[in-house]
Amino acid sequence: MHVPDGYLDGPTSLACAAVAAAGVAVSLRGSRRELDERSAPLAGLVAAFIFAVQMLNFPVAAGTSGHLLGGTLAAVLIGPWTGVLCVSVVLIVQALFFADGGVSALGVNVVNMSLVTVVVGWGVFALVRAVLPRTRGSVVVGSVLGAALSVPAAAVVFTGLYAVGGTADISTGTVLAQMVGLHVLIGLGEALITGLTVSSVLATRPDLVHGARHLAGRTLDIRTPETALAA
Amino acid sequence: MSAGHGSAGLYRAGHSALHRLPAQCKIAAHLAFVLVVVCTPRETFWPYAAYALLLAAVAAVARVPAGFVARRLVIEVPFVLFALALPFLAHGPRVDVLGVGLSESGLWSAWGILAKATLGVIASVLLAATTSQRDLLLGLERLGMPRTIVQIASFMLRYADVIAGESERMRIARESRGFTPRHLGHLPVVAKSAGALFIRSYERGERVHLAMLSRGYDGAMPRLDSSATPASAWATAALLPLLASVALALAWAGR
Repeated sequence: MHVPDGYLDGPTSLACAAVAAAGVAVSLRGSRRELDERSAPLAGLVAAFIFAVQMLNFPVAAGTSGHLLGGTLAAVLIGPWTGVLCVSVVLIVQALFFADGGVSALGVNVVNMSLVTVVVGWGVFALVRAVLPRTRGSVVVGSVLGAALSVPAAAVVFTGLYAVGGTADISTGTVLAQMVGLHVLIGLGEALITGLTVSSVLATRPDLVHGARHLAGRTLDIRTPETALAA
Repeated sequence: MSAGHGSAGLYRAGHSALHRLPAQCKIAAHLAFVLVVVCTPRETFWPYAAYALLLAAVAAVARVPAGFVARRLVIEVPFVLFALALPFLAHGPRVDVLGVGLSESGLWSAWGILAKATLGVIASVLLAATTSQRDLLLGLERLGMPRTIVQIASFMLRYADVIAGESERMRIARESRGFTPRHLGHLPVVAKSAGALFIRSYERGERVHLAMLSRGYDGAMPRLDSSATPASAWATAALLPLLASVALALAWAGR
């Protein structure tokens, strides 16, 4: 979904750049509450992980391929504000260092793949977490649903931008059907990877999962021969 | 910063005028050039030839061989496929090309997207080929990129190597125990490895961070030269977007 230069017209690209800059500025402000001395490297690690995940191109139907976006994974692991920053950093580095995604389309890419996926992914996650009981299972279910919905949402927003500033003469309906159809499948892959990664990190280091902070930490249970016999 | 798996082959060390130019000038020039390209009307062909010649001149100054740039163009392939499909999908009047009816507007779109995207990718490849990752990050910081972003980016690039090394060791460990993932049923193992990889990388990253802190790291990499960017550097870097915008102005005037 990395939009190259020239795919959307100049005004749309600039408008998206303004929205992206505002979104990143708000996230910077919000991330001050999430980031501390210890979590700055964690943010870098999450970004590196998202970077690796986005490199995984897998073939989807009819000769096209897609890659994972990772917005929900980032938000659940490190919090929504810093999640936006992490995915945006990945996109900046890809555009400047790897020529993946146009520099003039950076705003478009940040809006699509960072703001939309994190807002939708985290929104769904928070909703599910509020409804289901406070267990680790709910955190995993929430991140799976968030990931599954965030990818088609990004595809819908992409189609909207395309309808406003697309440079090709294809009906919006065709683009919408293609993009959403494709990204529902990618969303399933994203949900699988997100769910399995979150659950395995939860199993060993629950303190590293921002979305599970509301769960009370397990108390250390010291078993002496007497308590073991009583139990 | 060590060149690792993710970054291998992007940067070509050298001493050309382009290599010596401060990174912030190159980034700004790159952005301005790409914006000029995007704003060029696709109905005129010659400005694109002029842009291509300008980039060829930049590559010659930087001594970056054409083959190197061509290999890196592979990143564009998914969108090239999309652009090639456009003449078949788009609406509007049809024209006959070799006996196949193609959409006229689709052909124009395909040409526009291909030309602009290719010029953009070539410009990015030249930027990354002549600027080390460390310099690019410093350049971004000097252009006013917030410090938190630069910090996350520098940790990210540093951890890319840690993660790649760790995942290679885990793959060897799996295979030496007789396990190679073959079908979808093996996916849970691969995903559990991914989770384990995250935690192992984090715990190593934590030690890297502590080592950095104990050596006086305070959130920013030390700057080796703190002098302001000379005006001559800005002028040199501005040459590329300026010449390009002359072509753009002529293209608009000639319509």
